[in-house]
Amino acid sequence: MSSYSVTEPSQKSKTVAAVLVIAYALITMVPLVWIILTGFKSPADAISYPPKVVFDPTLEGYVNLFTTRTRVTPEDLEALGPPETWYDAIVRQYDMVIAGPSKFGERFLNSIIIGFGSTFLSIFLGTLAAYAFSRFRIPLADDLLFFILSTRMMPPIAVAIPIFLMYRQLGLSDTHLGMILLYTAVNISLAVWLLKGFIDEIPREYEEAALIDGYTRFQAFYKVVLPQAATGIASTAIFCLIFAWNEYAFAVLLTSATAQTAPPFIPTIIGVGGLDWPAVAAGATLFLLPVMIFTIVLRKHLLRGITFGAVRK
Amino acid sequence: MATIEIRDLRKQFGDFTAVRESSFTIEDGEFFMLLGPSGCGKTTTLRMIAGLELPTSGEIYLDGEEVSQKLARERDIAFVFQMFALYPHMNVRKNITYPLVSQGWPRNRIKAKLDEVAGILGIRDILDRPVGGLSGGDRQRVALGRAIVREPKAFMMDEPLGALDAEFRERMAEELRALHDRMGATTVYVTHDQLEAMQMGDKIVVMNNAVVEQFGTPREIYDTPATMFVADFIGDPSMNFLPFEGVLAEGASSVSLGGIETAIPMAREGARGRLVLGARPEHIALTDDGPLRGRVAATEYLGTSQVVTLDTGFGEVKARIAADRRMAPGETAALTIDGTRVTMFDEGTGRALRSELNEGVI
Ligand SMILES: Nc1ncnc2c1ncn2[C@@H]1O[C@H](COP(=O)(O)OP(=O)(O)OP(=O)(O)O)[C@@H](O)[C@H]1O
Ligand SMILES: [Mg+2]
Repeated sequence: MSSYSVTEPSQKSKTVAAVLVIAYALITMVPLVWIILTGFKSPADAISYPPKVVFDPTLEGYVNLFTTRTRVTPEDLEALGPPETWYDAIVRQYDMVIAGPSKFGERFLNSIIIGFGSTFLSIFLGTLAAYAFSRFRIPLADDLLFFILSTRMMPPIAVAIPIFLMYRQLGLSDTHLGMILLYTAVNISLAVWLLKGFIDEIPREYEEAALIDGYTRFQAFYKVVLPQAATGIASTAIFCLIFAWNEYAFAVLLTSATAQTAPPFIPTIIGVGGLDWPAVAAGATLFLLPVMIFTIVLRKHLLRGITFGAVRK
Repeated sequence: MATIEIRDLRKQFGDFTAVRESSFTIEDGEFFMLLGPSGCGKTTTLRMIAGLELPTSGEIYLDGEEVSQKLARERDIAFVFQMFALYPHMNVRKNITYPLVSQGWPRNRIKAKLDEVAGILGIRDILDRPVGGLSGGDRQRVALGRAIVREPKAFMMDEPLGALDAEFRERMAEELRALHDRMGATTVYVTHDQLEAMQMGDKIVVMNNAVVEQFGTPREIYDTPATMFVADFIGDPSMNFLPFEGVLAEGASSVSLGGIETAIPMAREGARGRLVLGARPEHIALTDDGPLRGRVAATEYLGTSQVVTLDTGFGEVKARIAADRRMAPGETAALTIDGTRVTMFDEGTGRALRSELNEGVI
């Protein structure tokens, strides 16, 4: 006799579910693993056919990613004496010497500044606005909310040309500030709407209790509402960061020498000295990391928040 | 502690009037009940006293000082919410001491005070528990702890027992009343349960449809209701209404109830037209002979007494009589109304007419 339970799935269906989940996870992981592995291959291994699964790992891709190199004659190479560092040694196998650092570090830093900067600004403004919409009687609140949402109703790139012209006039082209403002403008509607949903779910009584207990409106917001909204803030922040981090079209259009982010930069690596797939893969791998780390750090909140405030208790 | 005086208080939400020209006074140390059906404006009134809502017009005096436009935190009033509203991200200890932290109390004083309050409420052993897993009763105690720890001028409680199950309510109600008697703090307590209000309250305000219907002691409200609404709302079973067309002369001590002469307390004002004679079930006796007769429709045996429902020429009338008397459905009986306890109403306005019984009270 086995007892039958409505809520507890049977052992068999648990096994089937587990197999399916693992299979799905593996399939989605393949491209990711591929990119990470390619980053550690030599250029020859990277393009060999059939693809090599077992290979000698090397840091060539990463060295090439972070440096610019020049070709020298074997005699000159001889004259230089033995390589001073491990990365010198790698480069010299190809009759080259390191000429200097590449722009990757700088671009990556730009991505970090712009991505996290705009995420912070979106969340900061979005939380305040959402709180106001949720708690205060605002004239024309519904119209304002619709207006905020309506900025999302066309693809942002549709206004690329006006923005391009405006930014040139304002001197915001190719600046960090310009990109932060732009990404914030795109993200803010999402932030306000998502956060308003989360804050609506928080009973007013909590803040009112704090107001009664002797706190100011701002202290009540800061000490009582914010901790309650942490879930919503975390998940909204991840959405904002993912957009700003991956954005390509505006970055190509509006940035070049100073504020260029990683997405438009990574493809340019291909062009430097032949098809350097390992370097591209290395760049892509590093590019994945910040969002991944950010998401992992916030995952506890995200898992509860992904339901968009529908099931919170 | 404090006296709270409400004068012509009004609250409007857009076109909707939630509280209309309310006036009453809460004396120092009173356990004061705000009673009324759902949606009548009790919570809104309470929130205005506490400063969570600003009145559209009218004044609130706290110890003689006009506070109606002051911020909640400047009024020194504690509020116990219906669903307790304990800070969910804090444990019991933090919840209770949170108001003291805001006032910048030194640590050792906070500790001593917390210990005292936890002792009073019997919650010393749960101080380090998160509030999430607490039982309803413990949550209630923590919410009370957060209120009393500040020693505020007055307590506002919005249906504090509403979230508890019936069995526990009774015990908590006693605890609450005992706590109040011990501290002597002015307390305003919102409820829609007339029994709770009668049992616990020193004074009661009965509200209906945004209007204060009556304000007085439980005895005054029960014995001399100011309106038909109050008469109907208070008491279980509620007051019997016998409507009739007639004339009531000032100074008269009887009315002609469709030809049946019935004694009433001496009228202090005259009226004519649609009138209503109101009599509590326990003020109606059943006899064998008499002009006002009814047929027994149902009996409800309550142990110490029984409630008999009779069909009469004036509609259904309930009488509370001794439990040992046997009454069978279908039987007819004569109703004798205790003429000293009757309240007369004007049906049009629903207002009680002044008589020697209720003069000076309403
Ligand atoms: N912020 C608000 N905006 C608009 N209407 C409101 C607001 N607060 C309360 N009301 C309305 O005012 C009326 C009185 O509400 P209130 O909460 O004071 O009733 P209550 O007597 O406490 O009822 P209950 O027993 O259901 O708690 C209700 O009809 C309610 O819908
Ligand atoms: Mg209420």
